[in-house]
Amino acid sequence: MAQNASYGLLKSSIGKKVFMALTGLFLCLFLVGHLAGNLQLFISGQPGQIQFNKYAEFMTTNPAVKILSYVTYFSILFHVFDGLALTLKNRKARPQRYHYKKDSANSIWSSRNMGVLGTVILVFIVLHMSNFWFKMHFGDIGVDAEGRKDLYTVVAASFEQLWYVAIYAISMVAIGFHLWHGFASGFQSLGLNHSAYTPLIQGFGKVFAVVVPLGFAIIPIYMYLT
Amino acid sequence: MSQNTMNLKLKIWRQKRASTPGKMVDYTLNGVNPEMSFLEMMDVLNQQLIEGGEEPVAFDHDCREGICGMCSMFINGRAHGPMTGTTTCQLHMRHFNDGDTITIEPWRSAAFPVIKDLSVDRSSFDRIIQAGGYVSVNTGAAPDANALPIPKENADAAFDAATCIGCGACVATCKNASAMLFVSAKVSQLALLPQGAPERQERALRMVEQMDKEGFGNCTNTGACEVECPKGISIENIARMNREFLKASLVKKKKKAGMAAS
Repeated sequence: MAQNASYGLLKSSIGKKVFMALTGLFLCLFLVGHLAGNLQLFISGQPGQIQFNKYAEFMTTNPAVKILSYVTYFSILFHVFDGLALTLKNRKARPQRYHYKKDSANSIWSSRNMGVLGTVILVFIVLHMSNFWFKMHFGDIGVDAEGRKDLYTVVAASFEQLWYVAIYAISMVAIGFHLWHGFASGFQSLGLNHSAYTPLIQGFGKVFAVVVPLGFAIIPIYMYLT
Repeated sequence: MSQNTMNLKLKIWRQKRASTPGKMVDYTLNGVNPEMSFLEMMDVLNQQLIEGGEEPVAFDHDCREGICGMCSMFINGRAHGPMTGTTTCQLHMRHFNDGDTITIEPWRSAAFPVIKDLSVDRSSFDRIIQAGGYVSVNTGAAPDANALPIPKENADAAFDAATCIGCGACVATCKNASAMLFVSAKVSQLALLPQGAPERQERALRMVEQMDKEGFGNCTNTGACEVECPKGISIENIARMNREFLKASLVKKKKKAGMAAS
């Protein structure tokens, strides 16, 4: 065959999908860690406040966590811009749309709406970070009995407002649908498809897509009710 | 034998040539025999149009027995119509009801420009094959049986991939107009067999590069293509292509112009 078989990974359609998968699956791991931390919000009263603020301080100062957090910011941004590039290319691939296309006959809704779901999630991330992450890092918040930044009170005050709880719950539904397709799809993009383990990945992905967002959503609802 | 015939309303994309805009046009067709194939129904419509002094509808067809991949048509929102595992020529009017309105459109993809009406130019697929979908080793005369051992599973998987007829239904149905099912079938049928091994890495790189150049979209793993594929080609092939491409991208040594690979 001819020379120059050096088609770049990042330039290619498959390469972009591979990076989509790698960042997406890393963010799945991030979700597990984030949820595990959030579970401390189930501890009520002053012990809960002290415990959660200790945890918040650790998460913002520990060097290993800091490195991980930079990888997370990078993954989110890369996932967004890579996804945007892919979506724009896909739009261009069909300039004249069909008058009638029966998509429901051959694919699930979430698989066709990853961009829309991703946009909802991105808006949520901006809102969420400006409320808690920004306040923790740069905001003027009080201190607790042990002199630590009192993020717990900020969180508790937020989740006393019903509309706030509602936004969180709805956003978790969007994350659930995104994961319903995205988790298993990531493995397919990486070329991992085998009759021995693909059914397990697909099954686990669906459990993950329900359990993790549900876990996140229950916390604001619980805090609102108590 | 009395035959219940069907009266149909048809909405068909009419477009004079690639450079002119097209539009959906309504037709009424009466007395359709349910035993007709979909293409025979189109023949009857065209006869009616010719007799009425109108331009007949251009559509692609050749073998009319489901093996050539020439017939296309997006029927009622689905590639090759409502049945799975069939091409349009193997779709019969008995799957429709008297009084139905049937929408018929061409494959829609930037890489499949409309030539006229329902007929599209699929030569982008040929250029992808030209980029690497072949073996250039001299395979010699027919070898003795079993002289070249190939595991049964590999032979089966290669044959399954090789059943692709290049019809373009995967592109037509994909929300991104992606050609990955087609390209992956062509990469797989050679990657699985010893004859394809010498150019395995270069093939994956070059075919994917050509696919991207032609303006096909990216894979979102919706799985729509394998549902609509008349030959039932699995998206396992897309995963294999991803592996082949990824491996080749990471380990293939770059060649310099005019020099052999070091």
